[in-house]
Amino acid sequence: MITVESLSKSYGSFTAVDDVSFTARPGRVTGFLGPNGAGKSTTMRVMVGLTGPGTGEVRVLGRRFADLPDPGREVGVLLDASAQHAGRTGREILTIAGLTMGLPRTRVDEMLERVSLTPDEASRRVRNYSLGMRQRLGIGTALLGNPEVLILDEPANGLDPAGIRWMRDLLRDFADQGGTVLLSSHLLHEIEVIADDLVVIGNGRIVAQGTKDELLAGAGTLVRATDGAALAAALVAGGITARPTSGGAVLAEADLTRVGQAAFAAGIAVTELRAADGAGLEEMFLALTAESQRETVNHASTTEGAAA
Amino acid sequence: MTATTVDAVQDVAPPAARTRPAPAPTPFRRVLRVELRKMFDTRSGFWLMASIVITSVIATGLTIILGDRDTLTFEAFAAAIGSPMSIILPIIGVLAVTSEWSQRTALTTFTLVPHRSRVLGAKLVNTLAIGAVSMVVALGVGALGNLLTATISGVDTQWDISLSAFLQIVLANELGMLLGFALGLLFRSSPAAIVGYFVMNLVLPGLSGALGAAQQWWADNSGWFDPNESRFLLFDGGLGGQEWAQLAVTSALWIALPLLIGMRMVLRSEVK
Repeated sequence: MITVESLSKSYGSFTAVDDVSFTARPGRVTGFLGPNGAGKSTTMRVMVGLTGPGTGEVRVLGRRFADLPDPGREVGVLLDASAQHAGRTGREILTIAGLTMGLPRTRVDEMLERVSLTPDEASRRVRNYSLGMRQRLGIGTALLGNPEVLILDEPANGLDPAGIRWMRDLLRDFADQGGTVLLSSHLLHEIEVIADDLVVIGNGRIVAQGTKDELLAGAGTLVRATDGAALAAALVAGGITARPTSGGAVLAEADLTRVGQAAFAAGIAVTELRAADGAGLEEMFLALTAESQRETVNHASTTEGAAA
Repeated sequence: MTATTVDAVQDVAPPAARTRPAPAPTPFRRVLRVELRKMFDTRSGFWLMASIVITSVIATGLTIILGDRDTLTFEAFAAAIGSPMSIILPIIGVLAVTSEWSQRTALTTFTLVPHRSRVLGAKLVNTLAIGAVSMVVALGVGALGNLLTATISGVDTQWDISLSAFLQIVLANELGMLLGFALGLLFRSSPAAIVGYFVMNLVLPGLSGALGAAQQWWADNSGWFDPNESRFLLFDGGLGGQEWAQLAVTSALWIALPLLIGMRMVLRSEVK
């Protein structure tokens, strides 16, 4: 359980985080989504006390982070997988973290296995690690104390597709066992697949939040017929906001049942009828954050697509 | 900005229930132990520590080979070992702090122990303990050298360093380590802090001397301001009442004050 209340943080005249409030609940994966520089990392650093808060309050498991008696055993944190001593071995880094939390030595071996680092890899120094291996090690450090809450900043960075799949399953398991997961990403696809709840941030402000299902429902219904223009006209006549896109497809702002019935009533044979969630979150994300995007939407769209 | 807010999460706000009891607080001795381990567990850290023993042995060896073995005393060995120590130990003090920033491990360190003063306290205790142990090791190596010389030359061994003289040398080195530690806190960068240390130790005495030559008032009173004058005297054991007072004043000014300012900066700084 993480509660963020009216959190703001300014650097001089620049407001990095502006009145952000949200809750990450137990048993759910909360995705913290936003373009680069939107304030995700700053918010997470404030959460764990690495950055002093401006105004507002963050509580993790009902306490300020600094008031947690042994934070590693309650909250697993991974803010930057590169922030590890290049001259230490992977095993040594886990050992140090384990000693700080007072864990038995066997826990290190268990964790190396859990994050799929072989004994050979674990005895190498971190300067020889790929970013993917550093992420695994970082996630291992976060999970080491068997915490109830995970706070992960861009954990999928540098992981290969199999690694991303592995992490997704791991976080799903963690949440299913009652844990709270907050993970940030600028990769829409990753968040869409894994998150239950979404918090979308742009320019330091929350622009949308809710369950993934609700936010996707807001993105509407995709319906297709041979003559898209006629279908759109029929839907509009039926009181549904609709606009034709390409290939006879129409995006309608109503649920599946209403759209289907309206098409049926107009006597139009529908060739496809589904929630518009394939493109949904990406369109929503780009629309919601268009004003705060650093790059043009077009550019961002291609890079996001390639990265996802 | 158009904020399309979908209000969904706010209406369900269960109390911040704990599903498990809170763990026991992290004891200080655990932090102490972890910080000590972190000073040895990298190649650079290990060799820096090893260099204390290595340079002691080399300095002793050179003294035996190059010195006039018939007149060598314990003090000659102590002086030979003392100079590399006065360089290595402050660097250990600097790196104890700055390695957290140069390698960005501070992110993990301060999330596992959010009360940064505990981490800094553990580092300080460890640094001073390493200083004391190093001096005992150096003394032991020097004593072996002295015995060896006596065996070679057949002259009686001369133990001409009193306990109080030794303790003063230890104090001088510990002050050097504290200065390094303080500079590490102030700069949070290894090169900057190390350069800062050598500027204070190698450049300032020259400047002070030049100022003293030009201005009589400074020549008479520099002991109250110069960070090195009275500290260097500790190595020769020649401190009178006034020199001790000067040592206290300059240490407060050049070591305690930067230490406090640096601590405060680290406690408040943003860790990225």
